[in-house]
Amino acid sequence: MPVNSTHYLFLSLLLFSIGIMGALMRRNAIIIFMCIELMLNAVNLLLVAFSKIYGDADAQLFVFFIMVVAAAEVAVGLAIIVMMYRKVHSVDINILNRLKH
Amino acid sequence: MGNFSQLVYLVPLFPLIGFLINGLFWKRMPKSMGGIIGCVAILASFIISLGIFFEVKNPAFQVEPKVLFDFIKSGDFYIPFAFQVDALSSLFLLIITGIGFLIHVYSTSYMHHDEGMVKYFAYLNLFVFFMLLLVLGANYVVMFIGWEGVGLCSYLLIGFWFKNRDYTNAGKKAFIMNRIGDLGFLVGMLLIIFNFHTLSYHEFFDKLHNSQTIVPTSTYNWIAICLFIGAMGKSAQVPLYTWLPDAMAGPTPVSALIHAATMVTAGIYMIVRSNALYDLAPMALDLVATIGLITALLAATIALYQNDIKKVLAYSTVSQLGFMFLALGVGAYTTGVFHVMTHAFFKALLFLGAGSVIHAMGGEQDITRMGGLRKKLPVTYFTFLIGVLAISGFPFTSGFVSKDEILMAVYEHNKLYFYLAAFAAVLTAIYMFRLFMLVFMGGFRGTQEQEHHLHESPSAITIPLIILAVLSLVGGFVQLPHLFGGHDYLNEFLAGAKIPAYVHEDASTAMKEMTLFGGTVLGLLIIFIATRKLFAVKQFDGNYTGFRKVLANKWYVDELYDAVFVRPIEALSNFLDKFAEKKGIDGVVNGVGKTVKWGGDRLRLLQSGQVGFYIFIMVLGIVVLFTLSFFWIK
Repeated sequence: MPVNSTHYLFLSLLLFSIGIMGALMRRNAIIIFMCIELMLNAVNLLLVAFSKIYGDADAQLFVFFIMVVAAAEVAVGLAIIVMMYRKVHSVDINILNRLKH
Repeated sequence: MGNFSQLVYLVPLFPLIGFLINGLFWKRMPKSMGGIIGCVAILASFIISLGIFFEVKNPAFQVEPKVLFDFIKSGDFYIPFAFQVDALSSLFLLIITGIGFLIHVYSTSYMHHDEGMVKYFAYLNLFVFFMLLLVLGANYVVMFIGWEGVGLCSYLLIGFWFKNRDYTNAGKKAFIMNRIGDLGFLVGMLLIIFNFHTLSYHEFFDKLHNSQTIVPTSTYNWIAICLFIGAMGKSAQVPLYTWLPDAMAGPTPVSALIHAATMVTAGIYMIVRSNALYDLAPMALDLVATIGLITALLAATIALYQNDIKKVLAYSTVSQLGFMFLALGVGAYTTGVFHVMTHAFFKALLFLGAGSVIHAMGGEQDITRMGGLRKKLPVTYFTFLIGVLAISGFPFTSGFVSKDEILMAVYEHNKLYFYLAAFAAVLTAIYMFRLFMLVFMGGFRGTQEQEHHLHESPSAITIPLIILAVLSLVGGFVQLPHLFGGHDYLNEFLAGAKIPAYVHEDASTAMKEMTLFGGTVLGLLIIFIATRKLFAVKQFDGNYTGFRKVLANKWYVDELYDAVFVRPIEALSNFLDKFAEKKGIDGVVNGVGKTVKWGGDRLRLLQSGQVGFYIFIMVLGIVVLFTLSFFWIK
């Protein structure tokens, strides 16, 4: 079965949906974090696929940017999660509502 | 002679520099230093003014505006900051700087004990600066700058002793009254721009003469009346005169400066300057004459029963200004200027003399508690007597010559006005002699302590008095009637500034002149004897009943204004304060605040702290934006 654009589209849609559902439903901060990464990579996949189809390298450039930003985001996000764990011995996001006014 | 008129910008510059030095460093400057700077600044201006005067006197002198810099330039409408040197402005320069200088010298002694002396000199210099700007301007805008400036300075100086509430109120009154008049002036200026498209004297008068611009006579009248309203405020005419008597709150030399050299003469100057306009506006000219006459009479009647030495002099100024406007109103412009000049001499003399008396009495201004000061203050006594004689019109003093000329001019214009004006002149003599008798003759009515303290003033006070006394005596000789072997020097001089003169010599006037002369001598003799009998006394309480009380209370004009204008405006302000301000404006402002707070309280609940909820909202938002961009926004 030849792989065409539809396959890529559906795969990335699937990955993105899993990411959204995970981010919405889970309470574990690390899982949410992973889901966000999943969404980013779903987008990356789509960009690369279309880049190949249209023979245009611009989209791949964006992918590199997104990866760099994602890496930076991971560094900050994980640091926040580590700090949070040290304070409250938990990574449950519902505990964070203590910060509310 | 050098080209002094090229240096004309120095004349106002010196007082400005004096003001800046004294004004910026008044806290650190020693008193004597401030006085010297103030005096030297005016003296320097006076010397240049003198040079300018002699240059202008030369018949070959050409009048042309000297542009210092561009002031307003908009399309083809152009107003430069320009000075005009001609006979009229050079004469006023001499009066302002000359009398001003004497008053400055006098002040160095009079204000010596005051802690704010340097500040005082700064204000005084600023006052002179603005007055010089007013008379030097070559267009109405520069005049207006000076006009507003003297208003400001009068406020500063009248309220100089600002710790006293009444004094600051007097300052405010002067400022507000002037502001009412200034509005008239401003409207007049706008009318001139609207109709003639210029504000420079030169172009405006040219257009008036050539009548290239066709304007109805009513326009001339309106412009002239508007300008006259400005003059009413500045020169204290009915109905805007009430500020001037209250202006007595300031230090006495300031009163002398306001009444003699600066400020009140501004209105006269403006009308004389605009004589070409007023000649085309007969109705406005009649109004000027009538208002002048009413003022002269009203103020003279009030002055009859005042018990404050400065109040009497203040009302006499108002009355004399009325005479000047009367002269202008009958078209005798040079006579008006002449009376400004002579009045500057004797009124400065009288005020400075009064200051000397007040100084000797330790601040006492009530003439019911003076009396018999003749022996203790010989120089003041003698010079004050000359001032009284001059203002009453004793033959051959300056006041006689100028007032005589006014009366003669009025006689030719309107007989009724003449008799009323002559009556006002008689009243002038009566109240001045009453004042003189109460202060210098009879017995002393003050306290023991005051009597012990009585002394003649130092030479910085007496020398200006003596100079002014000499001027008051001989000042009239520049325009002595031909009957007494005189010559119209002033008229000839002022003709250089195109100011029409009143020519008063023919066979029939000589007769009237003699009658007037005889009447004056006889009248003054009677008044002298009568006032001596009535007022040169040991006991005088100064309480009046009946109609005299009405006069002593100034016809209740202040009370009337209070009831008609001040109170209703206050009531309106209170009403607006309570309802429009507190309920309306505050309601809107607070309402906005309350609405935001209320909304914030509700919106705050969205910040639940549930991270899951935030993510949900975020996703929802993205979906909504995505949908929107997909279907609607291209």
